Amino acid sequence: MTAVIDVGNVHKRYGGTVAVDDVSFTVDEAEIFGILGPNGAGKTTTVECIEGLRTPDRGRIRVLGLDPRTDAAELHQQLGVQLQESELPERIEVGEALELYSSFYRTPADWVELMRTLGLDSKRHTQYRKLSGGQKQRLSVALALVGRPRIAVLDELTTGLDPQARREVWALIEGIRDRGVTIVLVTHLMEEAERLCDRVAVLDLGRVVAIDSPSALAAGAGVEQRIRFRPSIPLDDRLLTSLPEVTGVTHRGGVVLVTGTGDVVNAVTSVLARNGIVAGQLRVEQASLEDAFVALTGHGAASGEIRGEL
Amino acid sequence: MSAIAETLSAAAPRSALRRLTITEAKLFVRERYGIIWGVGFPLVLLIIFGNIPAFQQPSKDLGGLTYLDAYVPILIAFVVAILAVNAMPAILAGYRERGVLRRMATTPVGPSRVLAAQLIVNLVLAVGTVILILGVAWLAFGVGLPRQAAGFAVAAIFTLAALLALGLLVAAVAPSGRGANAIGALLFFPMMFFAGLWLPRAAMPAVLRHVSDFTPLGAAVQALQDSAGGGWPHPLHLAVMAGYALVFGVAAARLFRWE
Repeated sequence: MTAVIDVGNVHKRYGGTVAVDDVSFTVDEAEIFGILGPNGAGKTTTVECIEGLRTPDRGRIRVLGLDPRTDAAELHQQLGVQLQESELPERIEVGEALELYSSFYRTPADWVELMRTLGLDSKRHTQYRKLSGGQKQRLSVALALVGRPRIAVLDELTTGLDPQARREVWALIEGIRDRGVTIVLVTHLMEEAERLCDRVAVLDLGRVVAIDSPSALAAGAGVEQRIRFRPSIPLDDRLLTSLPEVTGVTHRGGVVLVTGTGDVVNAVTSVLARNGIVAGQLRVEQASLEDAFVALTGHGAASGEIRGEL
Repeated sequence: MSAIAETLSAAAPRSALRRLTITEAKLFVRERYGIIWGVGFPLVLLIIFGNIPAFQQPSKDLGGLTYLDAYVPILIAFVVAILAVNAMPAILAGYRERGVLRRMATTPVGPSRVLAAQLIVNLVLAVGTVILILGVAWLAFGVGLPRQAAGFAVAAIFTLAALLALGLLVAAVAPSGRGANAIGALLFFPMMFFAGLWLPRAAMPAVLRHVSDFTPLGAAVQALQDSAGGGWPHPLHLAVMAGYALVFGVAAARLFRWE
């Protein structure tokens, strides 16, 4: 894997506020890389430095081997951007916007084809102000892709979308990655990061607190997993408590609740199988990225905003 | 580098600028404001004035000019003021407010091209409307075409330069599209007063006319009037307009922000 984005020890402050504090990470070709964190964590500032919209106070940034400040025009040929809270002129039509933006690039995509792919065909002559939130977002994604970029940076892609529209956009992003485009996805939605990202950088108060795959983050956070089942025959607790992965066993009516860490699910189910016990109504609650986030930052969910979005 | 310097220096992908200018022109027409108040309204005023018989009689108050003669340059000032100081800044400040310019900053073309496209659209529309007004006044109402055509062109160019610079300054300082509208309106009425919209300069008391000489549109109207009558614009009036173009232009270049 070759790194297409290389961010090293980047600092950025606005007046007295430190927005980005010694952030480093690399993004590999054709992966979906998530930048996750609550509002104010420094996510947007970080990607704006990558996009060349802001200059870091210190640190090194290379995108496709280019310096975003000095090689901005060349970088922007190869980097597609979807900005948070950026709109188009109210009265521009969908087709006009795509045609206009495609004229900016050396080797643009076929914008009619792109419009069709994104399901905006029937909106070709609709003005921007008359589009729904989901349609605006899809147009914004289309404009980020119309230059046939090697990297797409998408900031708060699905904010303000209903669950149905959100899932449509997610499917779309996966399709784009399958075409070999590297994607940097800025989000504060755990579900989005879990569903889409190959790797995630968790940012908190301007610092990177962890970088890993969503499942590894969840597993590595040492968060307990819960297994709930109704055993077919009465169960001797010692069968389970003797397992190193198990941290607790409790009974509630006929239901057994086992808590544990690591690969506790496998350990428990194989013990049950060896003893001929059928686990009825089996339910496993595994640690999610959200649990990992709380464990890593010590506040995540308490900020309310993250839970509110889930 | 300042925003406006970039506009002038960056190497333009020509097809992008052409497509951008076409798009901005379409949006300008759809927006309607500039077309109604910058083109339609001055033409309607011309037609109304042209149909008042008294406006066709030479007037002693105006030193032998007819009121219609006096109003043609005033209406030209009206056109330029609406397009340059009201319509254009409202669009540009609105673009900044809504992140349109910021989005452009992430493309190879950059936001300066939007500024260039807006200047081209307003310039072309202003020149076209001025020609239309001169043509209608001449063909329909017998107002003679400017007798010193070169002088008239020079006066018109200085007028456009001063007012477009002022418009860019308004776009630079206005926080929003609405804010730019408010500032534009606030500037429009005093400027048009000194241009003579309510009382032509020739009929103004001497003190008022002296003040008017040093306002952008007072100088503009007199320079246009002088060359329409066959003379060259007075250097004072050209200097006043050049001064405003320079001061407003430099201030706009320093203050303009893309976001």
